[in-house]
Amino acid sequence: MTGRIFLLGDDIDTDQLAPGQYMRGGIEAIMAHCLEAVRPDFASSVRPGDILVAGRNFGLGSSREQAAEALKRLGIAAVIARSFAGIFYRNAINLGLPVLTAPSLDGVQDGDMAELDLDAATLSLPERGLTLQLDPLPGNLRALIADGGLVAHLKKRFARETGGS
Amino acid sequence: MPQTLAQKIIARAAGRETVRPGEVVTARVDLAMIHDSGGPRRVEPILRELGVGLFDPAKVVLISDHFVPGDTEEGARILALTRDWAREKGVAFHDGEGICHVVLPERGHLRPGMFVVGGDSHSPTGGAFGAYMFGIGATEMAGVLATGEIWIRVPETILIEWTGTLSPGVMAKDIMLALCGRLGMDGGRYQAVEYTGSAIAALDMQERMTLSNMAAELGAQTGLIAPDEVTAAHVTAAGGDPGDWQGLRSDPDATLVEHHRFDAATLAPQVAAPHSPANAMPVTEAPETAIDIAYIGACTGAKYTDLKAAADILRERKLAPGVTLAVAPASRRDQDRAAAEGIMGVFEGAGARILPTACGICAGYGADRLAPGTTCLSSTARNFRGRMGDPSARVWLASPMTVAASAIAGRIADPREFLGQAA
Ligand code: SF4
Repeated sequence: MTGRIFLLGDDIDTDQLAPGQYMRGGIEAIMAHCLEAVRPDFASSVRPGDILVAGRNFGLGSSREQAAEALKRLGIAAVIARSFAGIFYRNAINLGLPVLTAPSLDGVQDGDMAELDLDAATLSLPERGLTLQLDPLPGNLRALIADGGLVAHLKKRFARETGGS
Repeated sequence: MPQTLAQKIIARAAGRETVRPGEVVTARVDLAMIHDSGGPRRVEPILRELGVGLFDPAKVVLISDHFVPGDTEEGARILALTRDWAREKGVAFHDGEGICHVVLPERGHLRPGMFVVGGDSHSPTGGAFGAYMFGIGATEMAGVLATGEIWIRVPETILIEWTGTLSPGVMAKDIMLALCGRLGMDGGRYQAVEYTGSAIAALDMQERMTLSNMAAELGAQTGLIAPDEVTAAHVTAAGGDPGDWQGLRSDPDATLVEHHRFDAATLAPQVAAPHSPANAMPVTEAPETAIDIAYIGACTGAKYTDLKAAADILRERKLAPGVTLAVAPASRRDQDRAAAEGIMGVFEGAGARILPTACGICAGYGADRLAPGTTCLSSTARNFRGRMGDPSARVWLASPMTVAASAIAGRIADPREFLGQAA
């Protein structure tokens, strides 16, 4: 998949992703204000297939999974970061949003066009002649994402269990 | 193979003799806790989609706290939906009785050695009882409610040892702010933190809960404290059965990924500057900061022990002119006990506003939110921009004692200046 890079810093927290004051509203309200504290243009300019690249501890904060859901619904293809906060990481996988860590993200610039290969765990930046190696996801988590997240995965499982009886 | 406390609990839940850090295992949960915000309104549509019911209603506890008292239209609607779901499913339901992390152990639901998930990021609080408890999101919770199972990557253990004794005026909250400053908000690396040492053993259960609660701010999956006589007595008093807890401790030769040692005797009260708990510093080094609002609230900072500590500073004193002190007790029972002991009277006498026992301003979901430009000193766990109100509000964090002292002084103040001397 190919998309444009949005480059963010360290410690992007769940209040920046899903601002508390819009939590009473539905996911559309949260999407409209996603990341506005750090990137006021984000919600209006993001296109399906775009990729977030961030620093350390992406998604720290609360367990609200709207933080991951808003990104997925806005069409973000994957979040690549130096490290993730654990709950956000789990939520993203369970919603089918690919989240990958990388030992180094040096050279990536905001606005770059990039191609992500989940199976090979690489991020290529053709304009810069750069291919970054990402940390591959464990097999069982890749399966969850491939099924489209936990709900789809469980549906398959329950169908198999009832079908097999 | 020697095992850490975390490994022992996970191995048992996964039906294994032992487990190795790094392996991904499937474990059965002993208990699932959900609240009004991440609970029924978000899990029920998923359960419907899956076409299944609860794996075991007796192992599910529902607590309303985030939208209590329902002072917005949306909040009231969510509470109504929560109540209907509780009735329909027949799960244990604590409605408006306090904040989930405090109500759960208070009602004897938690026991040492349990493997527990909670639909809230401060679920590590249960670690104070020697239970492996951690927070998950609503989709994952729906999966747990449907199957009773969850995947978990067996964590490494980071041992955090506090020797010596805390000085008067210094609380568990100060330990945690100091740790956030020292280790950073990803210092826990989503592994298991285990607290140990004489300073920890000397703490009562509610102070220990503050340590485990803020393991979330360290970025750990949970924050364990091996059960001891204090734990067992507390669980028994709450109507629970502590069971066979003696073996629930890390083996002496178990592998630790990190071992940090600190001396409690040299710790000063701490404050954390906006907008991160990691911006911690001794209160003596804080810049002169006038405050508009002092907030004693949250599962982190408004339990009975917190209320008592704050009242000890406030007794027979008055708030500084122009300062609002808002107190939102963490549970109804803690509030009743505090009232019976004259503690609530101290707050009222000082001119405080008493808010409902609920998440209140900490969650920022209700009508009560910080106004633009306000400076707040808060006993809560996190001070991210915009969480408690307008993004231009500035929230500092401190212990309940430091919040009380600052409410009297009108600026961030050292609680030790108010100790042991009558007003
Ligand atoms: S009081 Fe605050 S930290 Fe505790 S559960 Fe409620 S919102 Fe979360």
